[in-house]
Amino acid sequence: MSTPIINRVIQFISRSAGIVLTAEKAYFIEARLSPVVREEKAASIDELMTRAERGDRRIAQRIVDALTTNETFFFRDKTPFDHFRNIMIPELVSRRPPGKAIRIWCAACSSGQEPFSLIMLLDEMKAQLGGRNVEIHASDISEAILSKAKAGLYNQFEVQRGLPTKLLLQYFTKEGDNWKISQDVVRRVNFFKFNLLEDMRNLGTFDIVFCRNVLIYFDRPTRGKIFAQIADRLAPDGFMMLGGAESTFGVTDRFTSHPKERMIHLPLAQRAAPRIATA
Amino acid sequence: MKYCLVVDDSSVIRKVARRILEGLDFEIAEAEDGMQAMDSCSSRMPDAILLDWNMPNMDGYEFLTKLRKMSGGNRPKVVFCTTENDIGHIAKAMDSGADEYVMKPFDKEILSSKFGEVGLV
Repeated sequence: MSTPIINRVIQFISRSAGIVLTAEKAYFIEARLSPVVREEKAASIDELMTRAERGDRRIAQRIVDALTTNETFFFRDKTPFDHFRNIMIPELVSRRPPGKAIRIWCAACSSGQEPFSLIMLLDEMKAQLGGRNVEIHASDISEAILSKAKAGLYNQFEVQRGLPTKLLLQYFTKEGDNWKISQDVVRRVNFFKFNLLEDMRNLGTFDIVFCRNVLIYFDRPTRGKIFAQIADRLAPDGFMMLGGAESTFGVTDRFTSHPKERMIHLPLAQRAAPRIATA
Repeated sequence: MKYCLVVDDSSVIRKVARRILEGLDFEIAEAEDGMQAMDSCSSRMPDAILLDWNMPNMDGYEFLTKLRKMSGGNRPKVVFCTTENDIGHIAKAMDSGADEYVMKPFDKEILSSKFGEVGLV
């Protein structure tokens, strides 16, 4: 995608939605707009932009939607939850004495599907936990979305994306046209408002941090700072999970990959500042 | 290529489901009710069945009960797909041998998710 087209999209989304995208997000813009190009039978992103700028409001709305959608769903992407069940929890259980709680942080929990999915998974793994207490902490920058998470109320569409029917029957009740997750599940999650740019030192130490599909909205230096803070907040043998399109590569040297699964990130101790030789 | 039987008395629903499932690499056959679906399964047992509940002649629940008693009738993954969206209907469908349950209206994401749950996507 050429620089003029990138700049055209950046200016359009800034004007339309006030969203700040930078040229280094070209991959993100292309990934989000390519399906719209195909569905609208446009020849290119350039043509899509021309149609929007000439007053096609439907296309304009589709572009805004494509570049701003920040959705979540139960057991999103499935694989991170498989790794949680098969690698992260078993490794932590083998290292932690039974009396020590395992602390998990969902750092951008949106409307709550991620922490609630973890609770449902942990219930299935109860025998493996050997009586260990597992704390689930879940934060988001938006108070509105946290209110939705705490209410645990989802529409029919939301409970059909990723959630097996047997879990729907086990954990939800019908409330009008919506579905409400058990309050026992909601109470097991500590929801709190948090901006990832804030100082994380008061949050304590976590064993697992899920920070998925949020860092794509930040520029590289900011991502580096957030990664450094998360590395500082993780136990030395803890884990970080990112979204499928996210990576620490080229952004930070504070993480390495798990030997069994490169999607799982392990914190590295902060490098000591080089000693300055003195006479 | 997996073979899926779409059973619904609405030609519109069958058409929409066919388009979505063909996009997920399924070969599709259609039936308008449970009776036609029984005939279809007798001649060729599908890998998956997307099954409506309320239909003339034989409804989805009766069809599923009979299917599971047929030779080879335990093999297809059955995904109910119906406007019935109360817990009682869903529990009844799952207890009678359905593998998953879709509440109408549905879209590609939902069908893809549900067929993924039963290991076919």
